[in-house]
Amino acid sequence: MDYFLTEEQQMIVDVARQITEELIIPQRAELDETEEYPREILKAMAQADLYGLYIPEEYGGFGGGPFAMVLALEQIARGCTGVATAYAASALGAYPILISGSEEMKQHYLSDIAAGKRLAAFALTEANAGSDASGIQTTAVQDGDHWVLNGTKQWITNAGEADIYTVIAITDRSKGPRGATMFVVEKGDPGFSVGPKEKKMGIRCSATCELIFKDCRIPKDRVIGRTGAGFITVMKTLDLSRPGIASLGVGLGQGALDEAARYAKQRVQFGKPIISFQAVAHMLADMAIQVEAARALVYAAAKHVSAHPNDASKAASMCKVFATDTAMKVAVDAVQVLAGYGFMRDYPVEKMMRDAKILQIYEGTNQIQRNVIGQELNKEYT
Amino acid sequence: MLRIDIEACIGCGVCEQTCTFGAIKVEEGHAVVGDNCTLCGNCVDACEVGALSIEREERATKGNLADWSGVWVYAEYRHGRTAPVAFELLGVGRKLADERSVKLAAVLLGSNLAGQAEELIAAGADVVYRVDDPSLAHFTDDAYGNVLTDLIREHKPEIVLAGATAIGRSFIPRVATSLATGLTADCTDLAIRAEDGALLQTRPAFGGNIMATIVCPHTRPQIATVRPMVMKPLARDAARQGAIIDVKPAAARMKSRVRVIESVMEEQDQVNLCEADVVVAGGRGLDDAKGFAQIRELADVLGGAVAASRAAVDSGWIGYPHQVGQTGKTVAPKLYIACGISGAIQHLVGMQSSETIIAINKDPNAPIFDVATYGVVGDLFEIVPKLTERMRGRNAR
Amino acid sequence: MKIVVCVKQVPDAKDVRLDPNTNTLARDGVQSIMNPYDRHALEEGVRLKEQYGGTVTVLSMGPPQAGETLREAVACGADEAVLVSDRAFAGADTWATTHTLSQAIKKIGGADLILCGKQAIDGDTAQVGPGIAERLGIPYATYVKKVVTCENGAIRLQRMMDDGYDTVEMDLPALMTVVKEINEPRIPSLKGKMKAKSIAITTLNAADIGADPDQIGLKGSTTQVVRVFTPQVRGERAMLTGTVDEVVAQLVEKLESLL
Repeated sequence: MDYFLTEEQQMIVDVARQITEELIIPQRAELDETEEYPREILKAMAQADLYGLYIPEEYGGFGGGPFAMVLALEQIARGCTGVATAYAASALGAYPILISGSEEMKQHYLSDIAAGKRLAAFALTEANAGSDASGIQTTAVQDGDHWVLNGTKQWITNAGEADIYTVIAITDRSKGPRGATMFVVEKGDPGFSVGPKEKKMGIRCSATCELIFKDCRIPKDRVIGRTGAGFITVMKTLDLSRPGIASLGVGLGQGALDEAARYAKQRVQFGKPIISFQAVAHMLADMAIQVEAARALVYAAAKHVSAHPNDASKAASMCKVFATDTAMKVAVDAVQVLAGYGFMRDYPVEKMMRDAKILQIYEGTNQIQRNVIGQELNKEYT
Repeated sequence: MLRIDIEACIGCGVCEQTCTFGAIKVEEGHAVVGDNCTLCGNCVDACEVGALSIEREERATKGNLADWSGVWVYAEYRHGRTAPVAFELLGVGRKLADERSVKLAAVLLGSNLAGQAEELIAAGADVVYRVDDPSLAHFTDDAYGNVLTDLIREHKPEIVLAGATAIGRSFIPRVATSLATGLTADCTDLAIRAEDGALLQTRPAFGGNIMATIVCPHTRPQIATVRPMVMKPLARDAARQGAIIDVKPAAARMKSRVRVIESVMEEQDQVNLCEADVVVAGGRGLDDAKGFAQIRELADVLGGAVAASRAAVDSGWIGYPHQVGQTGKTVAPKLYIACGISGAIQHLVGMQSSETIIAINKDPNAPIFDVATYGVVGDLFEIVPKLTERMRGRNAR
Repeated sequence: MKIVVCVKQVPDAKDVRLDPNTNTLARDGVQSIMNPYDRHALEEGVRLKEQYGGTVTVLSMGPPQAGETLREAVACGADEAVLVSDRAFAGADTWATTHTLSQAIKKIGGADLILCGKQAIDGDTAQVGPGIAERLGIPYATYVKKVVTCENGAIRLQRMMDDGYDTVEMDLPALMTVVKEINEPRIPSLKGKMKAKSIAITTLNAADIGADPDQIGLKGSTTQVVRVFTPQVRGERAMLTGTVDEVVAQLVEKLESLL
């Protein structure tokens, strides 16, 4: 369907598509197999200016906002959600600086992030703080001109690969939700180390590890925004990034549909291509309907989030739930259409099915998203 | 420019289908030519009603063409060895020279050339111009180009042939440019036009999808590079007589603006694909690298070289040096066995001069069967291992 | 360093195929692309610019549509684009083409380094690079697979030979033609695409470059195409049939007689 993209938006799609087709699709199976971080592909994406899409022009970016990210991520996820996750994680890590950082801090970090010279990562999750962020145990204590961090973050995307980490830590437990603060921790800071790489079901080429802070000393100007405003920054960050995760779902779903439809045209059983059997054709039709509906919702939500950053939660959560549940369902159906072949690693759909699962889980499980939507509805219908 | 006779044109659209540049279209019932016409003449030949013609403003002929006489072959010599293509060129050169009733000469450039000129005579040359000089020890476009250009200017041969090798394709264009004459690259066929003695130079274009015959009507010499392995050398005849003329060019002409720092020989495959008598080739039909291993086994048993279609190389089953076809090597072995190769025209140009071609493919309509001497429609995964086994048993006996 | 990269717009040869019914070239859906070898020449030019400083100008001779290829080159890092276009150039062989391109290079102020692809996939002649160098009176190296250094007014590189490679050095100005092994061309960047959209392509005609009317186009060509035809394939075919074992037995028999 024609979404009447501007010429610039169409260019973003074209560049991302070319990278997907020429670099990502030929390598995705090997990356999945070896679990190797896709450094060369990400370098090509940086060279093509994709790292600065959402960053304002004054910081060396393209100024395209969340919608530009959505367009690029959709194309990349059509090829490989693992690569797309590694790419998206840098934006997620940069959003706190963009949202709450001082002008000085933005000047210092954003142009390097926009150029892809330094990758970023976002560190929220801990062993006891998943959906319930109040369980955070990492602490930061002021000591003269420095802050000292202690604690362990878990399942951090881009861990070890990133140079810039935006980390939330408790600075005053007595203040509850207003007692958390975000910091920038840089690779090489004393007392900061990265754990071993996790073994995952899907998105296996993306790096996922623990971040370990042992008396990690950082200068005091590394505080992002005000002390105690950490949770607000986190919520706003997730509002901006969720349409991006949703677009990974659209891309993955489209990729799965493409594979299934192509296969169904070419696979002959009982003397006919299987697409001519209604049982298969209806599955493909449902897949197409869902992917297109998800795309329409994601595009609309991304535009809404850009225009109304203070009223973004419901739209962001709705598109995240719908598009990622769609991706899971479409990927499962694609495997079914390819049947035995679909189950084999020779075809990409089994990887898509494994990759799809994380989309329903990370950046807030789809159950938590429904809570958010429910709370918003509760407020609306007073 | 391309002229279209609107009266004669019936708007059939054959020209439109023929044009590789999309430069001609049928509009309002007749053909219309666009700006991107390259005057290749494809449509003129294709037009069934003679409605198309190319209006040529003829170039003026330079000097008297009759002053030029004789057929020359550049005999490439490098790292102690005369390239096989030199002998192939003497084979076709001999034929051309005899038809023109002129002498066949070879030009041999290098350092420490003892014994090489005699071999060229045994291979068909009447005369060998030999420049044996330490400053020609390494190939450079400048020195080799200057020396050959000067020799051509002095002796005025009507035809100059060189191998379409890395060296020939590098310095011959410089020679042709400085002589202000035409050069046809990569020829696969050479003949003399009966009416005027012109050299008809046929070469593939468009990845071998079309062949073009080219002449050099107004300037001399007529220069062509010829693909290795296409022409046949004469049988070596040590009794053949010829003159060896040592030439001493001025030192300044053998200086090069390009300085050779080092010349590195790289390991070749155990069996040189271009010189093998037996070539076993695999294509897309092998499905994967594991399937491709069967090709190596059969080649081993037959003492042959392994080749591949572009599809197999692009899939990473085997390296590029093994690729046969327009974008790869040209081979002409005694026996070429094509397994799981459909026979895209790009592949065919690289192997169709093989003496015997055996094709095994599951698709009975595969174009490879059009060039195959013997074709087998069947599952290569069943046939090839059995054939390997049977031939291995035969070797053991 | 002023770098000029010569590029050609060509039909995508992998799409060009024979129509079995009419025995003519089917060109439905055949796209015009930048000659693949020229993409590598452009990439090398842009990398040299990035490493040593300077500008990259892309130059093409062709119909107005070739401007699209030049824009693509700008998107991939070229700074300026020059199109030499004139109906008088039509039908040019390599002799006429090298006159036109070398005149154009003189017109735009010459170059320190000129890069070309090793050949174009439509003609495969590999003559234009050396021809331009000879007409400009500068040294050249063909089939370059690696630039080692480009310093102090000289360039050192590795050029492929049939049996290995030579490392050679030449003073600038010079010309080189490159093979695919030299690099992996980049994908156009967004900023590059934006620039490509708005850039003004300098268009020069035969008079602008001071072309000699006797050396351009069909008239200036030293060679002439007298016939174009589709390759004849040998027709004799004996199909071997039977069970797998029977077929193998026949093959063994054939092989024994041949080897």
